[in-house]
Amino acid sequence: MSVFSDVPQAAPVAVFKLSQDFNNDQFPKKVNLGVGAYRTDEGQPWVLPVVKNVEKIIVHDDRLNHEYLPILGLPEFRSSASKIALGDESPAIQENRVGAVQCLGGTGALKMGAEFLRRFYNGNNNTKTPVYVSAPTWENHNAVFANAGFEDIRSYKYWDAEKRGLDFAGFLGDLESCPQHSIFVLHACAHNPTGTDPTHEQWKQIAEIMMKRNLFVFFDSAYQGFASGCLDKDAWAVRYFVSMDFEMLCAQSFSKNFGLYNERVGNLTVVARDADNLKRILSQMEMIVRTTWSNPPSQGARIVAITLNSTELFTEWKDNVKTMADRVLLMRAQLKAKLQALGTPGTWDHITEQIGMFSFTGLNPKQVEYMVKEKHVYLMSSGRINMCGLTTNNIDYVAESIHEAVTKCTCQDFTTQS
Amino acid sequence: MALLKSNKVIYCLGKISPSLGVVSTRNSSWWGGVQMGPPDPILGVSEAYKRDTNPKKMNLGVGAYRDDQASHLVLSCVRKAEAIITAKQMDKEYLAIGGLGEFAKSCAELALGNDNEVLKSGRNITVQTISGTGSLRIGANFLSRFHGPRDVYLPKPSWGNHTPIFRDAGMQLKAYRYYDPSTCGFDFKGALDDISKIPEQSVIMLHACAHNPTGVDPRPEQWKEISDIVKKRNLLVFFDMAYQGFASGDIDRDAWAVRYFIEQGHNILLSQSFAKNMGLYGERVGGFTVVCSDTDEAKRVESQLKILIRPIYSNPPMNGARIAATILNTPDLRSLWLEEVHGMANRIIKMREELVAGLKKEGSTHSWQHVTDQIGMFCFTGLKPEQVERLTKEFSVYMTKDGRISMAGVTSGNVGYLAHGIHAVTK
Repeated sequence: MSVFSDVPQAAPVAVFKLSQDFNNDQFPKKVNLGVGAYRTDEGQPWVLPVVKNVEKIIVHDDRLNHEYLPILGLPEFRSSASKIALGDESPAIQENRVGAVQCLGGTGALKMGAEFLRRFYNGNNNTKTPVYVSAPTWENHNAVFANAGFEDIRSYKYWDAEKRGLDFAGFLGDLESCPQHSIFVLHACAHNPTGTDPTHEQWKQIAEIMMKRNLFVFFDSAYQGFASGCLDKDAWAVRYFVSMDFEMLCAQSFSKNFGLYNERVGNLTVVARDADNLKRILSQMEMIVRTTWSNPPSQGARIVAITLNSTELFTEWKDNVKTMADRVLLMRAQLKAKLQALGTPGTWDHITEQIGMFSFTGLNPKQVEYMVKEKHVYLMSSGRINMCGLTTNNIDYVAESIHEAVTKCTCQDFTTQS
Repeated sequence: MALLKSNKVIYCLGKISPSLGVVSTRNSSWWGGVQMGPPDPILGVSEAYKRDTNPKKMNLGVGAYRDDQASHLVLSCVRKAEAIITAKQMDKEYLAIGGLGEFAKSCAELALGNDNEVLKSGRNITVQTISGTGSLRIGANFLSRFHGPRDVYLPKPSWGNHTPIFRDAGMQLKAYRYYDPSTCGFDFKGALDDISKIPEQSVIMLHACAHNPTGVDPRPEQWKEISDIVKKRNLLVFFDMAYQGFASGDIDRDAWAVRYFIEQGHNILLSQSFAKNMGLYGERVGGFTVVCSDTDEAKRVESQLKILIRPIYSNPPMNGARIAATILNTPDLRSLWLEEVHGMANRIIKMREELVAGLKKEGSTHSWQHVTDQIGMFCFTGLKPEQVERLTKEFSVYMTKDGRISMAGVTSGNVGYLAHGIHAVTK
């Protein structure tokens, strides 16, 4: 008789199951538009040239060893990573009220932030504080906050399926009507999965209401640089909120913009009211880190820190990032052009209006099923595609497949606009 | 009167709408009520050591290996493995949630032995974790979800971080007698006595070898009796093995207790760390294993472990696991590693012997046998807090208040000085 005989089989994580199915598929023209990782035009993973250079530096530096990092991580990583988000000239940094916790990827940074908020925000251990995530959002957001103990996770209106854009009025409505002190998880740029970001004017309005209603700002920044190709542009929203004097958290991931997916490089930037608050916050963060992973892994953070702290390497990195962003923009333009040329019903402007790695195509579940089963083009049931999965070799096939799916599977969800 | 009334209103509002917590104005902070966290006892030691200007100072708090020149050591097998990996120019794609498959496999083989029936039948699930801490945390979360509400029994004393890890995961901690301060050895009778009273199905944590912080391990015959009583009480065994190879110098010998328990039919949980035995501290390399009844159960458990891991860090870091897997699976690197582990363990054993010899030479009349009886990185000297304080103040020897010293900080160059200092405060 086993103590674990009653453990039920859990459902697999959807995005990884999709990749698995893709891998098992023997169809020669199969295309993987699922998991969010960059691919070259040859459909291959890409280790950034700057990363290769820095790894060589590390391997040949005899002074470097594998000793434990401090609990909060590599100091030069934490500070340079926060600078990337907030800007070199950030007054908040100059006022010594910005700190950071090196974490295991963006997930780890969200986790640390969530755990801290559950313990100390809005009272002590107030698990009833509502946490708002966008509808839709990255599928792991919910689990991160739920696992941290929050009992009330809700969604705020975000994606308007009919007009295939931001439901701004709905978003503002939720901001106005939610309980005070609610926590809001905001995507800094390149919203996952919709690729649809608020404009600057819209961000200003969002900030105004959040300040007025004492809502907590928690940014998720997983694509800085990757969205527009420009680091500062992609950080505009985060920096605006900092300038509006919010005390806030920003979870940063370097998985995509450094291509360091499996080294788990993340940073939780903390913007506090003053240095004293910051000190106390970080001391409590240490306690949380110690019971979760003790101290973070060194390799990835080292690569990022060396890069960000060298003028030459930093320039090379920005160049590499632009390469990735530009290829995505090109694929967007081409996909839209091809769909228009095919005369595929509906408008496809959203493909180029959206930004970042993902596009919410607007395909409904039936059409997605057609794509996967009949055409061996793998995408999430939400209709989300990873633009990086497109190449000059497969874009025609994908466009044709979308065309077929749309024309063969007419469904009331798919409205046409001309 | 009005004030009382308004307080009542606020109180009621607080009840109706639980999200109404502390009201903050624009100029105040959300975090005004956040207290400063307590300073870390071990870090405090290192910090004080750094500030000390005495050229003869010694840092015996550090839980990381140092060579005889007191420097950080990167193992040759690690450097060689790194060169191999660099040459392969591999991509950086996400690992699976459970980590690098070939690492998990060799990690389990290292602990259980290649021919273990468990591995052959595939009834274990082993996942890569964020070193030992991450492994224990996943284990604690798993138990909390699927084996709660049961208490976890730790040896007294145990690694300081065990308690907060399990507590954070929502489990309650209790203890069984382990260390006997009067002998600086194992309180075997006390342990058996306490274990015999542990409620059925509780979780019992056992240190596989090189007990931290005492360095006191049960002898094989004693392990056998512990196994019997644990079986009788129907307890769930959780082994923490952070020092395989590092304790005796022999990886099989150090894993003996783990393998014996499995042989005896315990379906154990096991945490492994490669921080010390491969010197991969900052790369965070570890494994978590659940020995299940059969492959079907292993699959179900695996699926649940993934659900637990995903919202914490999604998937583990590659670098250290790749190094460890390369070492374990490349025959000449593996031999080199075994040699180097043996070397580290031997240096520690030699330092223990020299410390005892040094104390005799100083004229100490106490028995210091426990220093050589104990095993692994740490030694519970038996020094009392006042004696520790004197040792630190008068001789600049830094250690934790409980009398624990890390033998890794002792070298042939300073062992004589240490003996002198210890004698001075204990004579």
